[in-house]
Formats: sequence, structure tokens, C-alpha cells
Amino acid sequence: MDSIAITKTQLDGDRMIINMGPSHPVTHGTLRIVLELQGEIITHATPEIGYLHRGVEKLGENLSYQQFIPLTDRLNYTSSMMNNVGYTMAVEKMLGISIPRRAEQIRILVSELARIADHIICLGINAVDIGAFTAFLYLFRQRETVYDLFEMAAGQRLHTSFTRVGGLFRDLPPEFIPLCEQFLKDAPKAIDELEKLLTKNPIWHDRTKGVGALSVEEAINWGYSGPCLRACGLAHDLRVKQPYLGYDQYEFDIPVGTSGDVFDRYLVRVEEMRQSLRIIRQVIKTLESGPIIIDDYKIALPPKEKVYTRMESLIHHFKLIMHGMEMPVGEVYSSTEAANGELGFYIVSDGGKNPYRIRVRPPCLPIFSSFETKVKGRLIADAVAELGSMNVIAGELDR
Amino acid sequence: MSILDTLLKNHPTSILDSYRFRGDQTAVIAPASLMPVVDSLASQDFHFLVDVTAVDWFGKTEHQTRFEVVYHWLNLGSQERLRVKVRLQENEYLPSLAIRFKTADWYEREVYDMFGIHFEGHPNLTRLLTWSDFPGHPLRKDFPLDGGDPFCMSDSTSPFTH
Amino acid sequence: MSELSLNDAVVTTRLDSVVNWARKNSLWPMPFGTACCAIEFMSVMASKYDMSRFGAEAMRFSPRQSDMMLVLGTVTNKMAPVLRTIYAQMAEPKWVISVGVCASSGGMYRTYATLQGIDRIIPVDVYVPGCPPRPESMIYGVIKLQEKIEKESLSMRKDHVRRFYESLDRQEQIQNDQGLTGQQTIQNMLRQAAKDKVASIF
Repeated sequence: MDSIAITKTQLDGDRMIINMGPSHPVTHGTLRIVLELQGEIITHATPEIGYLHRGVEKLGENLSYQQFIPLTDRLNYTSSMMNNVGYTMAVEKMLGISIPRRAEQIRILVSELARIADHIICLGINAVDIGAFTAFLYLFRQRETVYDLFEMAAGQRLHTSFTRVGGLFRDLPPEFIPLCEQFLKDAPKAIDELEKLLTKNPIWHDRTKGVGALSVEEAINWGYSGPCLRACGLAHDLRVKQPYLGYDQYEFDIPVGTSGDVFDRYLVRVEEMRQSLRIIRQVIKTLESGPIIIDDYKIALPPKEKVYTRMESLIHHFKLIMHGMEMPVGEVYSSTEAANGELGFYIVSDGGKNPYRIRVRPPCLPIFSSFETKVKGRLIADAVAELGSMNVIAGELDR
Repeated sequence: MSILDTLLKNHPTSILDSYRFRGDQTAVIAPASLMPVVDSLASQDFHFLVDVTAVDWFGKTEHQTRFEVVYHWLNLGSQERLRVKVRLQENEYLPSLAIRFKTADWYEREVYDMFGIHFEGHPNLTRLLTWSDFPGHPLRKDFPLDGGDPFCMSDSTSPFTH
Repeated sequence: MSELSLNDAVVTTRLDSVVNWARKNSLWPMPFGTACCAIEFMSVMASKYDMSRFGAEAMRFSPRQSDMMLVLGTVTNKMAPVLRTIYAQMAEPKWVISVGVCASSGGMYRTYATLQGIDRIIPVDVYVPGCPPRPESMIYGVIKLQEKIEKESLSMRKDHVRRFYESLDRQEQIQNDQGLTGQQTIQNMLRQAAKDKVASIF
């Protein structure tokens, strides 16, 4: 039925072929792994992806720059805010514009909230896969709060489409900051509870320690980035190394691991949630007032009141919707530190209304491509732990 | 000295074109000089191959070659980035980097799948995202967005209007 | 024997309604989660919304142990044969809720890679709109399905499923005769369906 065929000779002897996916509880969406076992030891693992290949890049060539924003939500759907930010930053780089400070700060605020939400899903589900169900329920309450915050800001729980080229879709409502402060009080407790459940749990240690260990050189060769690279021991974080949106104005640490195994990745993610809370606290404290989108009607839509009352604004509105922005000819690559790693957008413009080519550099594709080497010679149960810890999100893996 | 200047100094003949745009450095080369340039980059601590992709210039007369394979490199020490573009004719082959950079394995498979560009020496050059007997290469500009699916025509909501 | 002469312990009814009453209150859901909607479905099952309150609690990840499939997220052309296999494996009577616009119509992905609605390849009972639908909408979808089950006829449901199995046999035959992958077989069947001016392949 599929391109990985199981022949009869492969079934002879003690070897056994097990098909995991594409519909399997631990495959986190849609991917397929054909495991070849010798007893309980994995001798080969052939991953097959593309089960969620929706043609986003091709679709992007047929949509205007603004219209692509909703599609970025659906790349890494567990932290859509960060995709919005990453994409609009790439378009802004292409235009060569800078955005108001308040917009930058709010972008950082929502990005860090999204990072926490993403790590909650990753850690919670990884624990569920391994058999620790409770942690998921404890953490998910906090994720619901993040959903409430996003809904308040953007009107949607999951697919926010909050950013616009040149700033944001709208300002934060007045109720946002109080709820966010409440979240800052509750979230550390939930993280502590998670740590109480797992960090010193001997079963958790047995299942995660030493699984998927990797050296830094190997990890770089595989193209690792994000928490998985940091767990190997390299403090590479684009927020610090190539600061964007003014991340360098906030104090936070980059947690690093030593061995790069599933346990280290767990610890790195837990600590990153704490650091994100630290950033959010500082952002709230220093949040400036001012506009949230640039005042250039050739890039950002004029406010609705003006469109209804002034002819010139109406024309701007019409021109921007019908003809799009005036883009320079050229190409840019812009990357941000998403929850999974380096999320890059490579845009080629021929000066037209639509991008000529739009490429998403998914953080989890290179990470997942190393799956076979990491589980070879290990038990089948380790493959489950490893897969959850890689945080493979099919939406951005296959695009 | 930026990496682009170093490359221009070390490979004056193989760099066909180079430019800077919005802080991004780009070097354009011919397929034959890919491996020497990669060696040169490795000696300059560019060990992180961030991305491999391609652009199809089908029907654009100002481009003499149809494809451009685009490599993005990062120097983890100095955090400098470089884009290397290789101009390629439709039936030309490109040496595979999958042996030296394991991350290139799937990226090259994806480029092969989406653009039909062949990489010589790749251990397993098969389709990555579509299925094995998928007709055509989706990201080529002459491939229609709907892929010929009758239920997916761009201006219809049902197949009966066509 | 008239109904009046029976004592209070016996209730007469139609077979359909008593079976349907039992069925609607013991749905065994199987989440076929592919994309974003599956993340939202986690909320439906987690503490705040909690679908167990509506008689659809025992989630099973194996189609063999379930009779209601929730298709959560985009089904691509590559996934299409898998969805058909899983639908075939599910216990009868098979109900399907198509959650989200991608599953219902292809949604915003009008491309070569995405199946334009799962109802082209499997029968669907309830559509839940939204991208993704809120947890309340998903629960509402389940309630709507329960209402539908209450009214449905047992023999019609059987016919429904039989027709699907016939199309599955046809698919297998084409696949073996022409040596295609499952994906390409379904593509060819869809093309044929469009030529015949029918909207689905079953």
C-alpha cells in the first residue's frame, strides 16, 4: 500500500517488523516509522513523513504577503504566536522597516507565552507516552490560561494570526495584564508540581536517562537547534546570540544539558519555561505605551475610522488589499528561536504582490531525520520516549 | 573580514556573483565549484548547514539557468551567516552533501521531491513528502497549484461546474 | 395479548429505538488526530471541558475497539488510504465526525496535496466547522451525533457500510491490477468520480 513495502524474506527468522503510524497514539500527528526488531532490540527504523504535507510553500506563492500569516499559525500549531512573529519579521526584514517598541515588546510577551504553552504540550505528552499521565493534567490547566490570554489578545485560542507586517493586529485589552500576572503566579507552582512528579522519580530516570544521547559535534552535523541542541551542551540560543526584537534588554539564562538525552531535554525545557516567565515579568514591568503598528499606510492598513471618513485612507486600504505592498526585489532569510529550535523563513521576492518563493525552515525536520541513528540498538520503549522528546510537530515537519 | 570577502579572495574564479541585501550575504557559484567552496567554508568554521532549498526560475528570461539550489550556513562561533546559491540547468546534477552533513540527507530528498533536482552520491534519493509514484514535482513553477485534482480547481467549489 | 395486560416491568418499543438509545449513550470515540484540531481535542478531553460528561468517555486509539471516529485535522492525499483502512477496521456501526474545515472540505488548503473533504472517501455523519473548532463546538458535534443516532434506521446504516466495503474492494482491485500505491489509486478513483459527476468514491 505504501512505499515502504514489507517483503516476505524480511519476516523470516527471529526478526520482526513493526509498523508504527501513521495513526498511532505516540506519533504526535502523522508520521510513520517501520521498526525492524530482533527480539525487543531495534535493528532498523525507517521513518516516513509527508502525511501532513499540505502544500503550504506552494500555496504561499499564490497568496499575498499578508495572506500568508494565517498559514503560519498552522505550521507549529502548538505555538502559533511564534510562527506569526517569525514570518512577519522576515517580511519586515525584506521591507527594511523597524516596528514600534510596544509592538516589539508585545511580540516578545506572546512569544514567551507560546513557548511555555509549547513546552507544556511537549513535556506533558512525552510523559503520557512514557506512562506518567498525571503531569499532563497538572500542566494543561496552565495551558488553558495561555489559551485564554491568546483569545483575549487575538480572538482565537489556537490560531492567533496576531501579528501584521509592521506591528500587531491590535493592542492588548486592559484585562490582559492582570490575567497574565495571575498566570505568572500560578505557572511556577505548576512547574514545581511537574518537577515533584518527575525530576526525582526513579521510573522517569530509568525511562529517560541515556536515551538518545548525542555529542555536540554530532548534533551540529545533524542540524539540531533549540532545546535539543542545548541539551547536548551547547549554549546556542538565537535570542541571545543574534538578538532580535530587543531580547538583549532582558535578563535571562540559557539552560544547557550535558549528554543530550531525553532526561536532559526534559530538564532544559522545564528550565526554559521558568526563564520565559522571567522574561514575561520583565516585559510587563517595562511595557511602553504607544502605537502597535507602523504609521505607513503602504504597509499597514489605516485605522477603520479613517477608512470610513477619509477618502485618502479608503484609497490606501483599497490599494493595499488589491495590489499588496510594494516589495523590493531580493531575498532574505530571517530566523527566530521558536520553541523547537531555529524557525527560518526564506523569502524570494520578484517585486510582485505575492512572494516568488517562500521557504519555511522547520526546526524539527533535521532533528527528526536523526531518529534512526538514535534508536538503533535500543529497546522499542526507548523509541517512544525519544520520539516524544524530539517534539515533532507534523504541521511544520511536512508543511 | 567577512566570509564573503574571504571566499572572493580564495575562489576568485568560482564565485559567479556576490551581493549583500539587508545584511544577508550571498555567493552565487556554479555546480562544479560547490565542493571546493564547502571545503573552504569548513576551514572557516562554518559547520552548521542550516537549510537546503531551491528556487525555480521557470519562464524568467533574465535567468540563464532554470534552478538555483540555496544553501544557508551558520558559523556558530561568530554567528555569521552565508547563503550559497548554485545555478543549475534542468538536467544538471549536483554533488550531494549528505555524507559530510547528515542534515543534508533529508533536505536534499525534499529538494529532489519538490523540484526534481538530482544529487549525485546521495545514499537514498527518494521522495520525502509525497508518495513514490506521485506525478511531477510540486514546487516547480509549471506544476499547477491544484495538481490537476478535479475537486480542487481554483475557481470552483464543486466538480460539477467544470 | 394486549399491552395493557402486561405488568409495569415490560415496555414495548421498536427495536431501532431501543438499540439506538443504547448506542447513543455508549459511544466509543477514536481520535484520528492529524493536525491542529487534535491539539484542541486535548482540551476537550482534559479537565476544563471534559467530554466524558456526554457519554463518550472511553477513548480508544485502536479502531478495532471503537465505533465513532473523530477526524481531527487535515487529511492529505498521502493520508487518504490510511483513513480508509482505519475506517474499514472500525467496529460497526461506524460513525464519523469530521472536525474542522480541513477535514470537512480541505479548508484553506486548496492544493495538490490536500484531500478536499474526507466525505470524498468515507461517509461522514456530522461536520463541525471551525479552524480549529472551539472545544464547545466539538462537544456540540458529539451531541448532534447522538441526536442523529436516536433517529436513524438500523438497516440504512448497514447499507451505508456495505457500499463502503464495495468501494474498498474496487480500490484493492485497481491497486493490484495497475501496481500503484494506495495514494495514487485514490487519486485515480477521484478523477474517475469527477468524470462520472459523482462527489465521492464510495
